[in-house]
Amino acid sequence: MKINDVILRTVTKIVVFIILTFGVYLFLSGHNTPGGGFIGGLVLASAIVLLYLSHDIETVQKSLPLDFKLVAASGVLLATGTGIGSLLFGAPFMSQTFAYFDLPVFGKTELTTVTIFEAGVALAVVGVVVTIILSISEDE
Amino acid sequence: MFSVTFAIILPFIIAALVPFIHRRFKFIHIGWLVMLVPITLFVMLARLIPSVASGKTYIQTYSWIPTLNINFTTYLDGLSMILGLLITGVGSLVILYSIYYLSTKESLQHFYCYLLLFMGAMLGVVFSDNLMVLYVFWELTSVSSFLLIAFWNHRKASRLGAQKAMLITVSGGIAMLVGFIMLHTMTGSFSIREIITSIGDYTDHALFVPAMILVLLGAFTKSAQFPFHIWLPDAMEAPTPVSAYLHSATMVKAGIYLVARFTPVFGGDQIWFWTVSGVGMITLFWGSFNAVRQTDLKALLAYSTVSQLGLIMSLLGLGSIALQYGYSADSVLYTQATFAALFHLINHSTFKGALFMVVGIVDHELGTRDIRRLGGLMTFMPITFTVGVIGSLSMAGLPLFNGFLSKEMFFAATVQIMNADVFSLQSLGIIFPVIAWIASVFTFVYCMIIIFKTFLGPVQPEKLDKPLHEAPMGMLISPIILSILVVGIFFFPNLLGAYILKPAMASIYPMFGDPANLTPSIHAWHGVKPELLMTIGVVIVGTLLYRLLKKWKPVYGLLSSRYTFNAFYNNFLSFAASKSTIVTNKYMTGLLRDYLVYIYLFFILTVGGFFFYSGAFSPNFSTDARIRVYEVILVGVMAVAAVAMLFAKSRMTATLLNGVLGYSIAIFFVIFRAPDLALTQLVVESITTVLFLLAFSHLPDWKRENIPSKTKITNAVISVGTGAVVVLVALAVLNYDRFESISTFFEDAYELAGGANIVNAILGDFRGFDTMLEVVVLFIAGLGVYTMIKLRAKKGDENSEN
Repeated sequence: MKINDVILRTVTKIVVFIILTFGVYLFLSGHNTPGGGFIGGLVLASAIVLLYLSHDIETVQKSLPLDFKLVAASGVLLATGTGIGSLLFGAPFMSQTFAYFDLPVFGKTELTTVTIFEAGVALAVVGVVVTIILSISEDE
Repeated sequence: MFSVTFAIILPFIIAALVPFIHRRFKFIHIGWLVMLVPITLFVMLARLIPSVASGKTYIQTYSWIPTLNINFTTYLDGLSMILGLLITGVGSLVILYSIYYLSTKESLQHFYCYLLLFMGAMLGVVFSDNLMVLYVFWELTSVSSFLLIAFWNHRKASRLGAQKAMLITVSGGIAMLVGFIMLHTMTGSFSIREIITSIGDYTDHALFVPAMILVLLGAFTKSAQFPFHIWLPDAMEAPTPVSAYLHSATMVKAGIYLVARFTPVFGGDQIWFWTVSGVGMITLFWGSFNAVRQTDLKALLAYSTVSQLGLIMSLLGLGSIALQYGYSADSVLYTQATFAALFHLINHSTFKGALFMVVGIVDHELGTRDIRRLGGLMTFMPITFTVGVIGSLSMAGLPLFNGFLSKEMFFAATVQIMNADVFSLQSLGIIFPVIAWIASVFTFVYCMIIIFKTFLGPVQPEKLDKPLHEAPMGMLISPIILSILVVGIFFFPNLLGAYILKPAMASIYPMFGDPANLTPSIHAWHGVKPELLMTIGVVIVGTLLYRLLKKWKPVYGLLSSRYTFNAFYNNFLSFAASKSTIVTNKYMTGLLRDYLVYIYLFFILTVGGFFFYSGAFSPNFSTDARIRVYEVILVGVMAVAAVAMLFAKSRMTATLLNGVLGYSIAIFFVIFRAPDLALTQLVVESITTVLFLLAFSHLPDWKRENIPSKTKITNAVISVGTGAVVVLVALAVLNYDRFESISTFFEDAYELAGGANIVNAILGDFRGFDTMLEVVVLFIAGLGVYTMIKLRAKKGDENSEN
């Protein structure tokens, strides 16, 4: 018997966007207010888990054709890469830097290498969490 | 130009080359090439005899580990010259003998490689001046002798004999190493010569006696002294050339050499005198007493070797008393014992080597060495018989052979010691001549057994596997040379005394001035003295005892085999093995539960114990913050959830209660103003709960475990104890204010890192390295879960572990 889960699906469609937006917000705001790569990554992952819960795995795979192991790997690569990157500028391993720029739309904005590092963290968290949950749930 | 270092190194170099040469020249017996090594070294050493006899010594140093004061120092003096000549001389003869003894079907390259290793190690032992280098070579002799005893390693008895010899000699060697280290601690030097010159200042040192006992342990185990003699009879499983070389002429003399070498260090001390001479006497008696009962010729010779080594050892002990008196005309009399020891050392090597070779010939040609199957070989093997008689009579101490001279000197020394008025010898001194005499009687009896049971009496061809015939000439050369030496030394003993023994006496008594005073002139006839009467008595009583052997042999049956030292050794080994198995099985249960108990117990005892002993449990509540109502409520909720979890009936309940704990902690983070932590804790708690639930669908139903109530109580006690220790430690360290906190530095995060969120600045910038590695940890965990689930072997799959 197939359960009629139209309400769940409809709600999910809207909520997923809210969660995703919230996750991105947490990620970006981490520098000055609570949040950051780890929490942002976890929230993004929970949005994807919600998608898996309301739809079946194949459907989500079709619309989100990502290999989450690769996502996790690229996250780790990015995080360690920023550490190595600082070596290219003659600075010690993992030295972060920041500066203020005047951007056309955002006005005076602080850009920092920590954001790149945090992006790596977030990607790794998303990839790992989804990989673990998918592996266990797919297991028969 | 001769170099002592070269003499040590040469055998090792040739040993390394032996396998290659063997492969190249298959058509020639490799022993012929190997024999050149000891011959060369013997000639080189022999050329130095005149200069060493005139008092010259040779010393050479190569740096090895100079920072630790360990240098490759070689020292050639009279004492090491004796051993050096024995090692190379008997070595040459033994290799010549082995060429005919071992067939080319044996793995000769191994045999000669081990033999050369042993020869080099033995030369290293006698020529080393540095204690550590001496120890290195000492253990090398143990190892190479182990390899040689187990040369026929397809036999169980060989392997067991090798194991026994290894265990006993290496245990003694390690004791000796400790003794050497103590000597170094006392005197600050590893050089034996330096220690001899400075030891006078340290005789009252607390380590003096322990060092002496430990060095003696090494010497006693190596030269098979009572009660460590048990390895020697079992080592007779080795090929006979090995027995002749290692277990009569060289390796067992290493302990003798060590005692002689350390006499100037420890001699003159009462403990040294009584230990060395006492143990030597007991060994002398016990070895000769046991030799009589043996039926295997090699075992008989083994016990006889034990006995003769005891004789030499006791003489060295008796001689050490001269150092107690210092140099005077009287004390010179006591040095005669040492002189006799060195003289007998050489004599024993000659006649015992010859006897072993004779027994080897009998074994090789007739296929047995059991005296119950032998007899009447005289007419079939005249040369072997002659050599055997010469060796046996010399061992028995009869005139015309060198054994007579040394036995006379031995008796003279034991009689002389009664005149000493130190170490309560006036009353106890009488035991020395008595034991010496009794032991000599037994020695006489077993020498007669060798001659009469083997070579005389009726022939028993029906009990032999092979036809009776004389051995090939090549095998006979070495024993003939040795027996010529036996007779030659009797007629020209003073030649040996002047050239070989005089410089050796100088190295044992370095403070006694001109060694010529210490070197008596040896006479075969010196009038009717007590020692001559003793010898006559030995012959008479010995003949009687041999005649009546059948009557009194049941005496040996009285000593139950359960109380022998062999039985003790075997019981000890099996006892150690079984008990350690029991102990290991007791605590290595294979149950994780038990191992966790050990870990927690250890934690409680060490951490709790340390805090208790150091008095650190003194919590200071004065600076604590005020406790608020909602904190109390939250703690109450958590406590209820935690306790309820212990009694949860289903897995789901336990998981949800665990979630309660997690969310409560998140609320605590909120209360204590840690928003980042609270956010993370909330999400992580949710996701882990989901994971728990996911994983549960794969697990079997939750069954109540039937744990015995005793275990339950233990677990409860240990868990309460662990919790109590953690709480107490936390309370004790709570108000730790010895150092300033470094958190003020991070408060400038906005200037330093451009971020107002301190936590995030620390994670991403100040301590970004940690975060990076944590990301890697997370990644590895994810891959781990993935591979565990996707790549695990399904039922019926091949085992893909390889």
